[in-house]
Amino acid sequence: MQVAHDNGIFLPSLCYHPDLSVKANCRVCVVEIAGRRNLATACSTKAEAGLEISTDSQRVKRARNLNLELIFAEHIEKCPTCIWRFNCKLLEYAEKYKIEISRFRDRKSKRKTYKFANAVEIDGSQCIDCRNCLDACNSLQKINYLKLKGKGINQEVVPVSEGNGLLNRSAKKADCIYCGQCAVHCPVGAAQEQVQWQLVERALHDKSKIIVAQFAPSIRVSLGEEFGLPPGKIISGQVVATLKQLGFNYVFDVNFGADITTMVEAEELVKRVKQGGSLPMFTSCCPAWVKYIEYYRPDLIPNLTAARSPQMHSAGLIKTYWAEKIKIDAKNIVVVSVMPCTAKKFEASRAELKVQGRWLIDYVITTRELAWLIKKNKIDLAKLKPALADNPLGEFSGAAVIYGASGGVMESALRTAEYLLKTAQDSVCAKAKSNLKICHSRIDFKQVRGLAGVKEAEVDLAGKKLKIAVVNGIGEIQPILENLKKYDYIEVMACPDGCVGGGGQPIPTTKEIIKKRLEALYKIDAGARVRRAHENKEALSALRWLKDKGKLREQVLYTKYRRRK
Amino acid sequence: MGDIISKIKKAGLVGRGGAGFFVAKKWDAVKRATGDPSASLGQVRKFVVANAAEGEPGVMKDGCILEHYADRVIDGIKIAIDFLSAEKGYIYLNHAYYKKLNKKLTSLIKDSKIEIFIKPINSGYIGGEESAILNVIEGKRIEPRLKPPFPTTSGLWGCPTLINNAETFYNVSLAAAGRFKNTRFYTISGDCPNEGVFELSDNLTVEKVLKQTKNFPKFPFFVQVGGNVSGEVFNAKQLKRPVAGAGAITVYSQAKNDFKKIVKNWLDFYVSESCGQCAPCREGIYRLRDVFMKEKIDWRLFNDLLDNLSDASFCALGTAAAVPIKSLIKNVYHEKN
Repeated sequence: MQVAHDNGIFLPSLCYHPDLSVKANCRVCVVEIAGRRNLATACSTKAEAGLEISTDSQRVKRARNLNLELIFAEHIEKCPTCIWRFNCKLLEYAEKYKIEISRFRDRKSKRKTYKFANAVEIDGSQCIDCRNCLDACNSLQKINYLKLKGKGINQEVVPVSEGNGLLNRSAKKADCIYCGQCAVHCPVGAAQEQVQWQLVERALHDKSKIIVAQFAPSIRVSLGEEFGLPPGKIISGQVVATLKQLGFNYVFDVNFGADITTMVEAEELVKRVKQGGSLPMFTSCCPAWVKYIEYYRPDLIPNLTAARSPQMHSAGLIKTYWAEKIKIDAKNIVVVSVMPCTAKKFEASRAELKVQGRWLIDYVITTRELAWLIKKNKIDLAKLKPALADNPLGEFSGAAVIYGASGGVMESALRTAEYLLKTAQDSVCAKAKSNLKICHSRIDFKQVRGLAGVKEAEVDLAGKKLKIAVVNGIGEIQPILENLKKYDYIEVMACPDGCVGGGGQPIPTTKEIIKKRLEALYKIDAGARVRRAHENKEALSALRWLKDKGKLREQVLYTKYRRRK
Repeated sequence: MGDIISKIKKAGLVGRGGAGFFVAKKWDAVKRATGDPSASLGQVRKFVVANAAEGEPGVMKDGCILEHYADRVIDGIKIAIDFLSAEKGYIYLNHAYYKKLNKKLTSLIKDSKIEIFIKPINSGYIGGEESAILNVIEGKRIEPRLKPPFPTTSGLWGCPTLINNAETFYNVSLAAAGRFKNTRFYTISGDCPNEGVFELSDNLTVEKVLKQTKNFPKFPFFVQVGGNVSGEVFNAKQLKRPVAGAGAITVYSQAKNDFKKIVKNWLDFYVSESCGQCAPCREGIYRLRDVFMKEKIDWRLFNDLLDNLSDASFCALGTAAAVPIKSLIKNVYHEKN
C-alpha cells in the first residue's frame, strides 16, 4: 500500500489507516500477484523485489468492485445531513469505479445509535465493520470502552457495558472519555461527533442575538486541508473571514483564553511549589483527560490545576467583561466554540462551569462541522481576504498558539512560571518590580516538544528544580501514573500529539499530517510579536478587571472537579 | 531424538488437518524460529498444539484416534515438545470429545507438559482454524489472524508454535518407532450402509475406499470429499482420484437430495459460522444466500460472489466456502442439465 502510494498508484482503502495496525478486512485494496492462487490485499503485503503485481486486472476489478458494493450495502446513506458528504470515500469510490449501489437491499436499518454524553456517537446503521474505532479506543488510547458484540453479520460495535447482563456487570468497567479518536479514524462517519451545526445555523438566523464565534489554536493549521490546502497551511485570517461570512457578529480567538489559562495555571504552579500544595500538578485544559481523572482516578482530583480551560476562560470573559464593555446583556450573547475536539462539547455542558447561573458556551462545533458549514454555504475559503480577530479578545501571545500541540501548555506555563519566580511575584497582575528589566527568562523549552509518547525533563526555574513530564496521548499514561512521585508538573493531552491530532479534526488525520500541523503552530509562535502569556496586555487588563470581583473572579477563572461513576 | 526430522521425512508424513503440508518442513520451521528478537535474550519460548477440534461436519477420525490410540497421540506431542524444548503442549479438544475422553487423557498426560484445552462450545466452526485456535487459547476474539506472520514463527503469545492435527501426532509417534505403515483414517458417511472411520492405505482413490469399505452405492450418487461443508463435490465418473483433505467421503444419493436444499444448507451454515472479519465472507455469503433464495436467481451475480469468496477472503475457510457450491454445480448439476 505504502509503496503504491509513494509511486502515485492509487489503491482504494477503507479499513487501512497508517497509524493503526493492518487489519486487511475490507478487502477493497486487493491486487493480483503473478504466481499466487488468490488475490492479496495491498495493505498486508510486503512489497518485495521481483513481485509482479497488477492493480487493475479483470480479477482485481471484479473483487474490488464487488467488495465495495457489499460494503456499501451495509451503510445506510444519510447523505443530506451527513457532514462526511463532501469527503466521503464511499461516494468517491462509487463514482470512480461506477459501482451499482442498489443490487443489495440495506441490511442495517434497524441498528442502534449509541450516544456517549453529548460528545460522540456510533451509528450502527452506517458502520461497515472495519474496526478502526475499536483499534483507536482500545489499542491507541487504551481506554477499552468499545467492544465487538456478536459474530458474522450480527457483529456490532458496542460500549463494553452493553449486553453484559446482571451477572457480568462488573466484568469490565470502562467509560468513554469523549476524545473522539474513534470518530477521526472512522472512514464512513459511523463514529462521529454529535453534531450541533444545525443549532448553530438556526442561531445565525436569529437576529435578536449577538452571535460570537471563538476558535481554538489548532483550527488555523488544519481547516485548510478540507479545502485542498496542504496540511499545516496557516490560515488564521481566513478562519476569521469565513466565520464572519457565515454571519457571526464577532469572532474571537481562543488564544486569548489560552493566555489567561497560562497565567492562572502558572500562578497556581508557583504557589503549589512554594507552599507545598499537592504535587505533581496536572494540566486540565484537555477535557477528555479531566474526564479520565474523574472516572478512573478520582483520588488524583486534587492534583488537577483548578484553572479552567481556554475555551471556558475566553467564554467567561465574553459574557462578563466584554458584555459590560460593549454594554450588552449577556443573555443576548450566543457563544459558539469551534474546536478540534469532541470532548469540548461535553466540557461546555458541565453545570459547574456556569457563571452567574448562565451557560457560557451555547454550542461547540468541530473543525469538521465548520468545514461542512462553509461548504454547505458555498464559501470559497481559499479566496477569502484574511481578516483579524476582533478585539480585545483577539489578542494573543505565541505561547497561546502552541496550546494546540502536545507539550505546548507545559511550555507556556513554564515561560510564565519562570517569570513569576525570577521576579519573586505571586501574581502576573502585580506591579512590575524594578529588577524586571534585567530578568532573562527563557522562551524555548524544547525538551517538551516533539512526537514522543512521553517527554520528561528537569527544568531549573530561578533556582527551583522542577521535574516535568508531558504525556502525549492518553494511551501513554500508565507508566506515568505508576511513578507520580517522580514529578512536579505533568501535562496530559488525551489525543496523540495534542489538539492538532484531536478527535474533531479533518479526516484523514495521520502522524504525517499531524507533524505538519505541529510545525505550523511552532512557526506562528516563533514569529509572534509577544511570546509569553503575561505579556498579552489585553489579557492582563481582563485579569485586572476581575481582580476585585470576588466571587465572579472565582467563577470565571477556576473550577471544581467531582468523582464520576 | 535428534533424527526425528529424518524419520518424519523418511515416512513422508504430511499434515492430516486438511491442507497436507509437509510435517518435517513445519517442524523444522518452528525449530529454527527465533521468536521475537526483542522479547528476551534467553531461551525462546515455544509451544505445541494438537488440534482435535474436528469442527468439520462429516469428519470423525480424530475422535476415533483419540479413543483408540490416545497414548500414541500423546507420545507424538511429547516428541514435539522434546524436539523443540517447548514450554507447553496443548490438546485442543472439542467439547464432546472432552466429555468422552477426559479421564483417559488425563491419566495418560499425568505430570507431563501437556494440558487439555477445551474448545469453547460457542467457538463454532472458525474455532478450529489454526490461528483462531491461538486466539482462543489466548482468550481473544475467536477469529483467524492475519498471516504472515505464521504460527511457526509467531503463534501463541507471539512465540513460535507448532500446530498439527491429532492424527499427525499419531503418525509422528509411529514414525519415531519405525512403525508407520502408510495408512490414514477415512471417515465415511452419508447415504451408505457402512458409515464409520476406517484405517486404510493412505494412497487409495475415492473409488477404492468406497469399495474396500463396502460402501460403493448401486444407485445414482455423487460424493463430497474433505468434509460435509468444505469438501469438493465429484460425480460417479470422477472417483479415480486420491482422497484429499481430512480424509472424509460423504455419499449423496441423487434421488434423495435436492440441489436447492443442499446449497441452502451450506449457505445457512456459513452465514452463521462466518466470524465476520472480512467483507467477502461476512457480507458475500449472506448476499449469496439472498440471491440464491430468490425466485429468479441472478446467476452472474451469484458466480461473481462465489469467485470473490475464493479470490479475496481473509482466511482459508472463506476460500473453502466456495468449493462445494462451485464443484456441485460444475460436476453434478451442470452435467445433469
